[in-house]
Amino acid sequence: MNNISELKELIGVAQYRQQGEFDVERGYIWTTLASVENGNPLYWDNELARELAGGNIAPPTMLSVWFRPHYWAPGRVQQVLPLQVHFDLKEKLNLPEAVMTSNTMVFYEPVRIGDRLTTQQVLRSISDEKQTKLGTGRFWDIDVEYENQNRELVGVESYTGFGYRK
Amino acid sequence: MKPISSQFQERLFGGVKIGDELPQLSYKVTATTVILGALASRDWRPMHHDKDFAIERNGVKDIFMNTPNQAAWFERYITDWSGPKGRLGRMKFQMKGSVFPNDEMTFFGKVTDRCADECGCGWITLDIELRVMDELKTSCQARIALPADDDDNPWKKGRQDWKP
Repeated sequence: MNNISELKELIGVAQYRQQGEFDVERGYIWTTLASVENGNPLYWDNELARELAGGNIAPPTMLSVWFRPHYWAPGRVQQVLPLQVHFDLKEKLNLPEAVMTSNTMVFYEPVRIGDRLTTQQVLRSISDEKQTKLGTGRFWDIDVEYENQNRELVGVESYTGFGYRK
Repeated sequence: MKPISSQFQERLFGGVKIGDELPQLSYKVTATTVILGALASRDWRPMHHDKDFAIERNGVKDIFMNTPNQAAWFERYITDWSGPKGRLGRMKFQMKGSVFPNDEMTFFGKVTDRCADECGCGWITLDIELRVMDELKTSCQARIALPADDDDNPWKKGRQDWKP
């Protein structure tokens, strides 16, 4: 069996399920809001957050923030990358270069302060070999699914990548 | 309910038409903008804080803004317009070029669709562009739910009624 048929067997299979290293917390929320000067009172005013959203929530676009590993951690020898399936495809298909051509985020249940999220990666498709301006390679679609501690879906990020050789 | 900050207009679904334009937002990017945005999103990769690395390894002129921080900028631009009851359902973006320190980035947005779903949720589709000078850097399409009236609140939609 060659690499491509082995990889196609992974389509639809959840991989790299992992829990975030820390709870959703306000420090990163406020630092993110400050970085873009976002004064939305939903994230700054506790009373309004209670009225509108039933409590303090995180801006939806922060989904991936809760999964980036610490720069350093004691005893760590290897870390799973946020989009490990993408790097697996590059390696197994011997495609040294890659670009992301599009990124879609869909938001479901609000992410709340104190949530501990879990993520998993699902390969959705791999194209036949294509010739583009960049080089010869394949397109692939990967979903990164996020759920909270109650196993409620909070969001899905979908990436289309193109791995190629020049 | 507590009045929402006067800085934020509460936009209702019925008051939005296809073709409406969002107010432009311009911002002069600095090295601090880029680095703060990268660290806020826990992105420690050197091309977002180390100019020598960005030049020598990435072949670009300077450090550049990372993707999650651009998403945060788009979200801010959208909710500045919608008000706090606006609830994002979906966002898709394509990056066509990098944003560097000293760039003045400008966001442009337009309403391209509006519809109500079977659960009574009012959805607005926005096409947004992030430009530096005349160059398109990132295009974004977003779908956001707006309240139908003063008593409606998209954040209260439960799993069964939320179809982003």
